[in-house]
Amino acid sequence: MILETLDVDPATVAASAGWTLESEGACKGDVCVPLPGDRDLDVATLAASLGMPLLHDEDSGLWSLGPASVTGRALETAKVPVDFALPDLDGNPFSLSSLHGRKVLLVAWASW
Amino acid sequence: MTVALDAGGPAAARPFVDRATAAQSGNAAQPTHPSLIDECHRTDEVFGFVNVPNAVWIDETGTLVRPAHAAHVRRSQLRDMQIPDGLPPRIADTLAEVKKFRVTDATQYRAAVDDWIANGAASRWAMRPDEVVAASRPRPRDHAEAAAAFDLGQHLWRAGNRDAAVRWFRRAHELQPENWTYKRQAWSFATTPPGELSDMLQGPTDLYDGNWLDDVRRLGAENYYRPFDEL
Repeated sequence: MILETLDVDPATVAASAGWTLESEGACKGDVCVPLPGDRDLDVATLAASLGMPLLHDEDSGLWSLGPASVTGRALETAKVPVDFALPDLDGNPFSLSSLHGRKVLLVAWASW
Repeated sequence: MTVALDAGGPAAARPFVDRATAAQSGNAAQPTHPSLIDECHRTDEVFGFVNVPNAVWIDETGTLVRPAHAAHVRRSQLRDMQIPDGLPPRIADTLAEVKKFRVTDATQYRAAVDDWIANGAASRWAMRPDEVVAASRPRPRDHAEAAAAFDLGQHLWRAGNRDAAVRWFRRAHELQPENWTYKRQAWSFATTPPGELSDMLQGPTDLYDGNWLDDVRRLGAENYYRPFDEL
């Protein structure tokens, strides 16, 4: 996740990565990670708590927030993010949730 | 549904989709599935893809029942062909490594998909949610940092800041050497002229320490794919 500044709402950043901020901490599926009190919470603290690397490119000023590594697995839950969507060849957004009720075989490929 | 992990966007993916569609023209099996583009390799992060073709299975409730795995629905002709005499050594060596890949037989894979479609959660191939999570790829901090570095690299590449992008791509390659999507995507920028089909060899360049043949040899061709039935 590319950020132009760290002065952004940590709840929004967490949500973009599929985490919700609740009384128990940052939660995704059955996993909840305790967080410092609300007053202390910023993006850097959230990132540190979830094991999300925060890289900075000094020349461009950009930040890059990696995925959570707190559980040590690529998946924290078997649930696919409800807002997962990608564009089709013509740029139209396609939401995976539109296939709810059907089995989906999702195959990744590449031209390279 | 198919997802093209391609920073080149629709321009890079469309010729392949059109060719596949044309090949099926008049065939009852002509593809009607969504063909999507993942320019930012978001599915790498969400599902843990590290190579292509990779797949996940998702049930009717939006729950994964099979985590990321190699998905070959057709047997590659490269695996069966006799390597002709007289080929340039690098091409012959590349073909020899391809033959060492461990992949699930395509017929068996399609049968497993059919079994899951017919039997749902009762299929021997459908995993419980806790099994899916446990069988998903490891993500130590280095791999998470590789994802962040790759994200910066491709963002800077699209912005035209090529030198900075290469530095971050190189960092991603160092942190997660077994992620072939990070490597092959970045190498394709250096080895494939824009608008042309991919240079499948992805040979040495002066931008990167690695290249396809040498890295496959270093990491082991037998580790190139994670077979479907070994999750």
